[in-house]
Parts: sequence; structure tokens; C-alpha cells
Amino acid sequence: MKRWIRDGDVVVGRLDRQEAAVVRGLVSQIQDMLLARAEEAPQDELAELTGIRTGPSEAPDDPILGRLLPDFHRLDDDAPDPDEVNSSAALRSLHEPELLDHKTGAAEVVLKTCSPDGGEIRLSIGEAEAWLSSLNDVRLALGTALDVTEDMPDELPPEDPRSPHLGVYHWLTWVQDTLVEAMMP
Amino acid sequence: MTTPVEQERTQPEAVGSEIAAEDRPWQTVVWNDPVNLMSYVTYVFQKLFGFSRDKATKLMLDVHHKGKAIVTSGTKDKVEADVAKLHAAGLWATMQRAS
Repeated sequence: MKRWIRDGDVVVGRLDRQEAAVVRGLVSQIQDMLLARAEEAPQDELAELTGIRTGPSEAPDDPILGRLLPDFHRLDDDAPDPDEVNSSAALRSLHEPELLDHKTGAAEVVLKTCSPDGGEIRLSIGEAEAWLSSLNDVRLALGTALDVTEDMPDELPPEDPRSPHLGVYHWLTWVQDTLVEAMMP
Repeated sequence: MTTPVEQERTQPEAVGSEIAAEDRPWQTVVWNDPVNLMSYVTYVFQKLFGFSRDKATKLMLDVHHKGKAIVTSGTKDKVEADVAKLHAAGLWATMQRAS
């Protein structure tokens, strides 16, 4: 991977076959998790009639999904404000379907534009925005799974089970950072 | 000079800052997290809210150093929409009533 460059209305990058496999694999996994969450949405006839979809009102149990689909209020772990608990549930149910669409749609753009063979990637600005959003979701998921902290070292001791995955995380950080740089207004 | 009587009667204590407080009862808060890139957070603030690079950078640094920053404020609907946009971008955002 070389850094992304902006060429007018096109953003250009290049991944080798192995890098493309890593990106596609992780993006697909996150997309699958999000699609599974979308399946959990309550189905009701009224929603079908009105076209107004409602999502689940409860936050996901899974910490990765929880990070990707945050609450609308910061709830105190020990003594949450009952009004905010109700409001969080209502706002989640209202907004989550759209948020899931956005994230799975961004993942779809990556899967469409990143050939399994690797090679040059030419993105419109809209597609590059989807890449940013999707790469960020993958990093949030990995960061949550690896319990990443702000002062995370470049490498962990070899005996740490997270050690091999941290390299991927740092590489994705670099890929995302150079894409931000190319996109910065 | 005259004062609009109607306004006086309906808002007897309405002076500058209190009017503003009434108008802006909600705030969008962005919280620090160890994953989101400083460059990306700055980019998101510029793109979503049209902030200058300087303003976006200052808010990003507030999030980074102070743990959070209030990035927008306004009506409940506006703030709710802003939080939803920030969630789409992957930032950890919540809404709260202005104290």
C-alpha cells in the first residue's frame, strides 16, 4: 500500500493481493455483524404500512456492536437517569435502522471497489467517504476487541495473544490516516 | 424608545443570556476514545458542521485533552440529528441538556 493521493475528483490508492484480502475480510465481518443486528429489528405491520422502520430499543450486548451503535445519552453505569434511559431507548429505536443502512452501505462500497486481486483503487469522493467510514468501523471493532488504549505500543510482547492482530490494526490506522490526509478540505 | 409590552409580559426575566439559554437547551458532546484518529475527528467536524480547520482542530484537541467537547448546540431536533451524523461517522457522541 502506498499512501492515497487525491487527483481532482478521484482518490487513488493501491493494495496488494494480501492487503486487499485483509481489508475485504474485516469489512465483510463487520458488515455481517451489522446485518445480523438489523435482522433483530422488530417486524410489525404498522411499520410495513407506514414505511417508518423501528429498530431495537435495547443497546447490543456485544461490546463491538455497542461501540458501533452508541447510545444517544451518556448513561451513568450505576445510577442512570430514568428519563435518559427512556429517551435513549426511543432514540435508538428511531435512528438505528438508518445508522445500520449507512454502515452496511459503506461496507458494500468497499467490497465493490476493492478487488480481491488487489491493484489500483480509484474512488469518487463519495466512495472515498464510504471507505473512511468503513475503515473507521473496522478499527473501532478491532480496537474494542484488542482493548486498545491511547498509549498502545507499536508491538506487544510476542506471548500476548493480541500481538499478531495489533499489526493489522496499526496498518489500518495508517491506511485511514493517509486517506483522511488526501480528503482533507 | 419603547419596549414591546407583549414580550415583557410573557418573558418577565428575559435578558440576553437567559434568552440564549432558552433557545439552546441541548448540546452535542463528543467523547474521547482511544481509537478515533485525531486527523479523522478534525475532518469529520469540518465536513459535518462546516467548521474552519482551526475551529475543528481546537475542538478535536479539547476532546483529546479534556476528554470531551461540546461541538454544537441548539434545539433538541438539531442536536439529535447532529448526534446521529456523528454516530454515522463513528464518533462517540451523546446529547445532553445545557446546564
